[in-house]
Formats: sequence, structure tokens, C-alpha cells
Amino acid sequence: MNCHAAFVYSDQYAKYHFHADHPFNQKRVQLTYELLKDTGFLTDDQIIQPRMATDEDLSLIHDEKYIEAVKLANKGKLSSKKGLEFGLGTEDTPIFNCMHEAASLIVGGSLQAVDAVLQGEVKHALNLGGGLHHGFQRKASGFCIYNDGAIAIQYIRKFYNLRVLYVDTDAHHGDGVQWAFYDDPDVCTLSIHETGRYLFPGTGNVNERGLKEGYGYSFNIPIDAFTEDESFLEVYEKALRQIVEYFKPDVIVSQNGADAHVYDPLTHLCGSMQIYEAIPKLAHELAHEYCHGKWIAIGGGGYDIWRVVPRAWAQIWKVMTTNTPFTGKLPAQWLDRYQQESPVKLPQFWHDEEGFYKPIPRKSEITEKNHQNLTKSLQFIKNYQNNILNN
Amino acid sequence: MLVEEVMTREVISLPPNEKIETALRLLHQHHIRHIPIVNDDHEVIGIVSDRDVRDASPSIFEETAQPAELDKELKTIMSHPVITVHPLDFVEEVAGIFYEHEIACVPVTQNDKLIGIITEKDVLYTLIQLTGIHEQSSQIEIRVENKIGTLPKVTNVIGEYKLNISSVFIYPDQKDPSKKIIVFRIQTMNPMPVIQALNQKGYEVLWPNIPGITE
Repeated sequence: MNCHAAFVYSDQYAKYHFHADHPFNQKRVQLTYELLKDTGFLTDDQIIQPRMATDEDLSLIHDEKYIEAVKLANKGKLSSKKGLEFGLGTEDTPIFNCMHEAASLIVGGSLQAVDAVLQGEVKHALNLGGGLHHGFQRKASGFCIYNDGAIAIQYIRKFYNLRVLYVDTDAHHGDGVQWAFYDDPDVCTLSIHETGRYLFPGTGNVNERGLKEGYGYSFNIPIDAFTEDESFLEVYEKALRQIVEYFKPDVIVSQNGADAHVYDPLTHLCGSMQIYEAIPKLAHELAHEYCHGKWIAIGGGGYDIWRVVPRAWAQIWKVMTTNTPFTGKLPAQWLDRYQQESPVKLPQFWHDEEGFYKPIPRKSEITEKNHQNLTKSLQFIKNYQNNILNN
Repeated sequence: MLVEEVMTREVISLPPNEKIETALRLLHQHHIRHIPIVNDDHEVIGIVSDRDVRDASPSIFEETAQPAELDKELKTIMSHPVITVHPLDFVEEVAGIFYEHEIACVPVTQNDKLIGIITEKDVLYTLIQLTGIHEQSSQIEIRVENKIGTLPKVTNVIGEYKLNISSVFIYPDQKDPSKKIIVFRIQTMNPMPVIQALNQKGYEVLWPNIPGITE
């Protein structure tokens, strides 16, 4: 199966850059782009340029005062006290030159992806620059300024009136998007993430199920630190399939943070490349089964930008366009080009080699605990279906 | 934190001569578990819990249409005397009362009159706020010597990284009485630099603390 898809990209994405020592580094988008180019599976006619999001786009989610503050920060005119009120100028989201433009371009990229799919030009679209899921209505946080995912969803609601399923497999809870649609029954959010006991932002408990009319349209499955492939995928595959069957979305928006890998320096999950082959595979399959293919994928976290992110993200595109992941060796020209610059030895294969990390003790307990959270989360759907049967 | 900052002010109360049936209805209607019983001067003279009412209700296996039990007056089943607290008491004192007396709710009185109620749930909510979990943050735990001056040294390190602290709490190390464990929630997605700095200064950072893996 070959699918018509669009890849939203501009080298200007690299301008979303806090400072040299900051863990969030958009060079990973370029590395992925180059990697795909070298495989021959990404061609120029598939690429669309992101546009600059307008103030009107941004205010679909963000407060005008907040947008104003980001613009002032640009010009160095925002006092540090005022900045902190909006989460600007903190360690996580320091102020940088042209931050408003850089962040707006990312949002515009996700909106281009939405339009390309919903106007029927392509079946699927991918904007790896996006996925900034911690951005709040009036607050920057967790490396995110504007929340492109939430804006894209609200844009779909407003201009296309479709029911949206948002699925977030970043290792951190997709809190910004969840809270933005917490009381909206037409937007269902699913976030699978490392438990917030230690990890930022701390939320994403099973019992966060939504509010008022939106009750029952927010799903969270926290998984334990040191979770490995098998358990991660059990949770992902069962949850996504059941939630899609229950919610019957018109379109799927997936956030593809690539920070659940063993190598990721900020989290404690123990995934391998296997999860990054399987995640887009099921999203793709379900989009065709339930949504006539309508699937918009965006990026997200991912802090091992050399060994993990380019491979993981390239697989989304490969699965999106051909339904099968890359296998075997990475293109030699890509390795040659970047090995020098990379502070770590680049992997040679698309997959991770057997035994590349130390075995995890207490694996069965971790698996059992994750399974329990999965069951608790999906119990809502079971009860709901039983109620329908009984009435 | 004071009781008056945490308590619920709109209290549903009943007079002692009201029927049990009324209490049963109000408990259901308002999803509550306790009703203070007050006299004409609004002084608390008893309290009725959902369990008292349930114990007094006829068994669901009995088929009498209008069971006489429910027509009885509340004073026949209410608990008294009642433990009450003052609005200026501390929340932790209330937690102590709940623990010691194995109860889950106390009426709040001022000049002997009922002005509020505080329940287990209010106390737990306060605890959640103390842990800082309601704000976006990362958690780190540090095992330190139980010694004067340690806490400011540790917070100094966090301060150097310009990180705001959402909450701090300290608990005794179960294994070693000469140590304490400090738990911070700090407002950052990237605690790695500060953890490294703490490690370099010789502090033992337990993060994430999973027995059998990190210990």
C-alpha cells in the first residue's frame, strides 16, 4: 500500500533555538530530513513549506496577552517579572531572538499539515517541527511556547467541524493539549507517558478523565519507569484500538515524541526502536479503518538527537507512505556526513542491536503494573458499553 | 494552614427530632457522609454518619413498604458528644484527630455555634497541595545527613540553576536514623543539570527511587 502524503519542512525550523546547552534542539528535524533524503523515500514534490501562523490562529488557544508578551520578549521589552508570569525567561523556556516568529512557523506547519489532509490533497501529513504539547493558554512551559497540536485541533473543530482523536506517545504527559480540550466531547485525548511521580509535569493520572460534557473523553495511561518495548506496546496497541472503536474519530492527530527510548537523557523509560516502528504502524492502520486515512502526525520531545530521534521520526514517514518500516543498514552517506559532528557513535542499523542495554530487574512487576493501569483506564469504556447494552 | 482556610462553610445540618428518612435523603442528594445535628441555638449536639443511617435502616431483604425504622428520630441514632474543632486550629491537628479517633469528619464551631465542616477529603486535598503535584514540576529526592544547615546548602544549589521550588518536604529515612530524605518538586522539565551538580557536591540523589533497580 502506497499512500499520498505531505512532509512539512523548512530549514527555518532550526531557529526555534533556546541556547547551545538547551536539551531541546531542532537540529533533529534537519537530521531526520537529511536521513530520509538519503534513503530516497522523501522527494521534493512531497515537501510543503510551513506558513507563519497568524495571531488569529494562535488565539484559537492562546490568550492575547500571552501572545503580546511573547512578541515583547522578542524585542527585549518584557520585564523579567512579567515574563515569569507567562513562563517566559525560565530555565526551561528562556527568551531568544525572534522566538515569536520561530514558534509561529512551527504552528503554521501543523496547520499546513491539517489543510493538506482535510482539503483532500493528501491522505496523511507529517510536521516533525511540531508537537509542543506543554504550551498552555497563557503560559510557556516544558520547552514549549505555542501549542501547535492544540491549535491544530481547535482549527479542525472550527473550520472542518470534525471529531478529533489526539494520541500522544511522548514520554511526558500531554498536559497542554489535554487541559485545552478537557471539557470538549468532540476531542478525545489519549496520553501514554512515564508516571508523573518523578517526571515532569507530574500529571496524567488514570483518573483524569475530563470534565462536564468532556467527561470520558480524556484517557491517561501512566507507565512505570524502566518500562520496555513489550509492555509499552501492549498498552499502546490495546488502548488506541479500543479508544478508536469507542470514540469513532473523523481524524487522528498523533504526537510522536521520541523520548521513551533507553538512550533518552531526560526520561527513564526503556523503549527501543521497535516501539517507533509499531507506533506509526497502528496509527496508520486505524486512520484507514476509521477515518478514510485522515491522519496528521506531529513531532514532540526527543533529546538523544543523534542516535534516537532521526531514526524514530524517519520511520513515521516510511510507514505513512509505504506501510512498512525501514530495515537493515542506515544510508552510508548520512553516517559519513554526521559521524564527525556527533558526540556519540551513530547506530549503523535501523533497529537496535540485541542486548544494547542492561537487562531490567523487576520486569514482570513493571509489566503487571502497566497492565493494571491500562485496565483501569479502559474500564470506563467497558462500563459505558455495558450501560448501553443494559438500557 | 488553618481550618478556616480549608473547611466547607455551607453545612447541611438537621434538628434532633427530624426523621432518619430525611437524613437518608439528604446524604444521597448531596453526596455527603455526615450530617451534624444542631439544637435551636445552632449548637452541635450530635452527628449522624451514612453508616449510622445504614445501620438503622431495614435490611433490603425485608419487604415492608414503609419501614417504621425510618420514621424514628435522629437523636435515637446520633453519636454524641461530638468532637469539634475551632476555625483557628491547624489542619495537621485535624489530621491527628482523624487518625487517633478513627473518624473522617469534624464540625467546626465558634462560640459553640456550627460554622463549617472539615472532612478527610479536605485534609487529603491540603496534603496534595503540600506535595506540589498540582503545579507542573519534576520530583527529586535526596538522602542527606540529619544535620543543621543541610537544607539551605541543598536549596542553594537549586537556586543557582534559577529553578523555582514548588514544594519541599522532609521525612525520616526508615533505614538509617542519622539520615533524612528531602523531597523537592522543582519547576523544570530538565532536572539533569541540577542533579549532576548535587551529585558532584556529594549529595545522594535517589531518582527515581525504585527498590531493586536504583538501590
